[in-house]
Amino acid sequence: MTAGQAPAAPARATAWRPLLEVRGLCVDYGAGPDAVHAVAGADLTLHAGEVLGLAGESGSGKSTLAYAITRLLRAPGMITGGSVDYHPEPGRTVDLLAAGESGLRVLRWSQISVVMQSAMNALNPVLSIGSQLTDVLRAHQPALGKAGAQDRAAGLLAMVGISADRLGSHPHQLSGGMRQRVMIAMALALEPQIVIMDEPTTALDVVTQRDILEELMELRARLGFAVLFITHDLSLLIEIADSIAVMYAGRLVERADATALFRAPRHPYTLGLLRSFPALHGPRQHLTGIPGSPPDLRGLPAGCVFHPRCRYALDRCRTDAPALLPLAEDGGRLAACWLQHGAAAAPAELAVPAPGADLAAAPTVRTQP
Amino acid sequence: MAIGTSTDLGSGPAAGPGLVPAAGPARQPRLRLPRSPKVLIGLAGMIGFLTLAVIGPWIAPYDPDRSFSTTASFPQPPSAAHLLGTTQQQQDVLSQLLAGGRSTVLVAFVAGLVATLLSVLIGVTAGYTGGAADDLLSMLANLFLIMPALPLLIVIFGFLPPSQGGDDLLIGLIIAVTGWAFGARVLRAQTLSLRSRDYVESARITGERGWRIITHEILPNLIPVLASSFLFTVLYGVGTYTALAFLGLVNPNHWSWGGMLFYAQVAGAEQSGYWWLFLPPGLAVALLGTALALLNFGIDEFINPRLRAAGLSRRRARLAGAGGTAARPPRRFVLGVTPVVRGREPR
Amino acid sequence: MRVISRRIGFYLITAIAAITVDFLIPRVMPGNPVEAVLAKMQGQVVTKATLHALELQFGSSTSEGLWGQYVHYWSNLLHGNLGISTSNGLVPVTTVIRGALPWTIGLVGTATVISFILGTLLGVLVAWRRGGWLDTLLPATTFFQAAPYFFLAFLAIDLFSIRLGWFPPGSARNNLDFPAFDWAYAGDVLDHAVLPALTIVVASAAGWIVGMRNVMITTMDEDYVLIAQAKGLPKQRVVWYAARNAILPSISGFSLAIGFVVSGALLTEIVFSYPGLGFIMLTAVQDADYALLQGIFLVITMAVLVANLAADFVYVFLDPRIRQEA
Repeated sequence: MTAGQAPAAPARATAWRPLLEVRGLCVDYGAGPDAVHAVAGADLTLHAGEVLGLAGESGSGKSTLAYAITRLLRAPGMITGGSVDYHPEPGRTVDLLAAGESGLRVLRWSQISVVMQSAMNALNPVLSIGSQLTDVLRAHQPALGKAGAQDRAAGLLAMVGISADRLGSHPHQLSGGMRQRVMIAMALALEPQIVIMDEPTTALDVVTQRDILEELMELRARLGFAVLFITHDLSLLIEIADSIAVMYAGRLVERADATALFRAPRHPYTLGLLRSFPALHGPRQHLTGIPGSPPDLRGLPAGCVFHPRCRYALDRCRTDAPALLPLAEDGGRLAACWLQHGAAAAPAELAVPAPGADLAAAPTVRTQP
Repeated sequence: MAIGTSTDLGSGPAAGPGLVPAAGPARQPRLRLPRSPKVLIGLAGMIGFLTLAVIGPWIAPYDPDRSFSTTASFPQPPSAAHLLGTTQQQQDVLSQLLAGGRSTVLVAFVAGLVATLLSVLIGVTAGYTGGAADDLLSMLANLFLIMPALPLLIVIFGFLPPSQGGDDLLIGLIIAVTGWAFGARVLRAQTLSLRSRDYVESARITGERGWRIITHEILPNLIPVLASSFLFTVLYGVGTYTALAFLGLVNPNHWSWGGMLFYAQVAGAEQSGYWWLFLPPGLAVALLGTALALLNFGIDEFINPRLRAAGLSRRRARLAGAGGTAARPPRRFVLGVTPVVRGREPR
Repeated sequence: MRVISRRIGFYLITAIAAITVDFLIPRVMPGNPVEAVLAKMQGQVVTKATLHALELQFGSSTSEGLWGQYVHYWSNLLHGNLGISTSNGLVPVTTVIRGALPWTIGLVGTATVISFILGTLLGVLVAWRRGGWLDTLLPATTFFQAAPYFFLAFLAIDLFSIRLGWFPPGSARNNLDFPAFDWAYAGDVLDHAVLPALTIVVASAAGWIVGMRNVMITTMDEDYVLIAQAKGLPKQRVVWYAARNAILPSISGFSLAIGFVVSGALLTEIVFSYPGLGFIMLTAVQDADYALLQGIFLVITMAVLVANLAADFVYVFLDPRIRQEA
């Protein structure tokens, strides 16, 4: 539990209770000896109203993990182990891995919705925007009726700043930013508890990206849904996320509050990522990046998967894979590194004191100055 | 002939150009045909028919023109002496079948070859050159594509004097003239997409000559599509030649399967139950076509791997489950319901 | 709409090209068509007028140059004069064609539409239930695609008509009855039409099935189909969303294939002695009735063009992106 953080927006009173618990999730592509282990033993907890950023390079398995959680992974992906428990209310648990097609159908979109990277691909090109907004409403809330669904669709568009006369337009008639907004409106149609966003702004220009993110955070503050935000852009997460989880080669290597991760990383990979982009203020740094390249998932190194690229690697790292364990310090941080859990002390860069109590009391500010 | 044909379709086997495998610059894509049963059967069939075309007339038990009796006036059912019976003129059906294979296969392959050459010439040029030449050539291809081939051929062959109606080569050529358009369109589309690839652009910028680029960079990557187009055209040639022979437009002294069907029609075979007159030649044409189509399927699946029969083959599923107590991965993947297959220890 | 008018322009050019080809062929082929026609016409009275008409038709008269003949040909055409049919008692070609056309349109038109709808639906089904037993159907479809239409017609007659006696073996109706607009007549026509229609449907459906299947499989990989599932929409709706997109290339394919289907259907008519265009085409070939052949070619080409135009309209109606461009 992330103690000391300001509670979420007032719309949902239940703040910080665990909403989605993923334990030891394993996802493979293909079966048999040729199977690729895209995700190996992932542990993740998403709390109500939280913005959890999932960061990592391409091929780290972050999208795979997100889609596997919702059972939307395409063939030949399959889940080979672990558990995914969803708690819609305190005391109620839904095992997402055991759910059948009809069970999933009820949950989908009303509890968990998805925003994809490319709105042009995610919107059906031959149907109008309006019908793509109302179809969910008609399917999950048939009592609304046709007119009611239309009104609500218009309201959804207004929520993201698009006028209602666009209901009859088709996706190709809108700009990229507008399409993405429509996707967000679509995702919020049933006021879900969780919205999974898979690189929602990567395809947009920086200005539109900023606008959309601001709108998103406003909506989040108003409606109080939790967000699982997947991106390769760590700098983005620093601004909008409450907590950040870092993935590498199908494993989670670190998880912490956003500010703590940014100021005081505990895993060498995180450190490398942070050092890969320059800060706008402060002294000029030497960008070091991370030597080497991400491993082929078919031929992972023994021991810690990161050790060939790690400048701090110990002998132990070559043979024993570290588990994602809580750190001794406060703040509910997790890291999978022998430097943090071993006998030896961690190097100075990885032992920076976390931002202390003074930050804990202040509410996390979402809007940008 | 219509709008928006980015994924081409024909009534023939799925001639979708799909994606050209992303082979790199000037690297021959390795011609590894997938070892699926379809391809093997198709290949075996095609080789079988090719052999038949060559040795057919030699292994025929009798002279196909020879009439065995002047008294009998009805076709005789199969017997020991005539394994497939006789025609109305008391000729041996089996011999006709074996002899007829040669001209059918020959005409079809000549048509396929010439049509493919034409389609490469026109299609690749149109795709690579662009501009007015492209517009003109595309218009030409569309014209030929939309004009119904068989009626046109009927008119052409109708006016052809019978003496020339027996020349296989000429027939193949004329058929090719009506059959190149589809391949040209497909090749043009592929050339256009290849042309914008980086390695081709860089070759152009560094000043390589046009024809060199075409032969070294573009053509090697077109081979799978070419093969598919060739097979499709041969299939078209078989069907068209058989149809023309069936209508009696081809010199009847020249044995072919279509000709046999012509005589079957004349003898009223279907009305009188003389199945041995139409079943052997029709089946032969159908089987040859099936072999070609299967081979074509195989190549299509090679070009576009998504088209392979989905799910895991039984063999792979068995292998997957072999590693211990694992549950079998599902044979059928349902979209939107990722399967949960336990039995593996989380690492 | 700009898109449609471009298509119409193209079809006009094609029509002109077809007419020109029709004009040129008898003049380009070796041999003298007029003599060939006269040879076949032994026993019929040939008037000077007929001879003159023939020469004009085929270009043996040397009084006009090629261009003059071309103009004359066009003027004849626009007056609805397609020449004289020598195999049908010297009646105008237009009369002969007009007698046969309704039968062909009725049979081939209906069968093609049924085949397209059936094949498309089956294709969607096969694609959706991938990996199931339906996949085993696919090799069978290649056989039916490869088998010539008329061979299947032979089989159909032999099996269903002669051996099983379910349907009459040929012709469009019982020739002894006079055509009348009553149910008995209609029933008789239908009875005779079932086998030919069945043959055409079976022969052509295979192509649609495979084509639609392949496009559906590619379409189902699209993100919007995954989103449709993620939205928790009922299964039929998800399939509809995919099929609604997949139908577009299928319609384009329809346009490409219509020529093949028509050709095959004509051959089927021949086997069934169905009194449509195919049947009179055969007699025209046998009797060297070139004028009739030319006329049939033109009519078939026009029909194919009209079908293409119809398909284009449907495509524009279904695809809002094209509508936008127009």
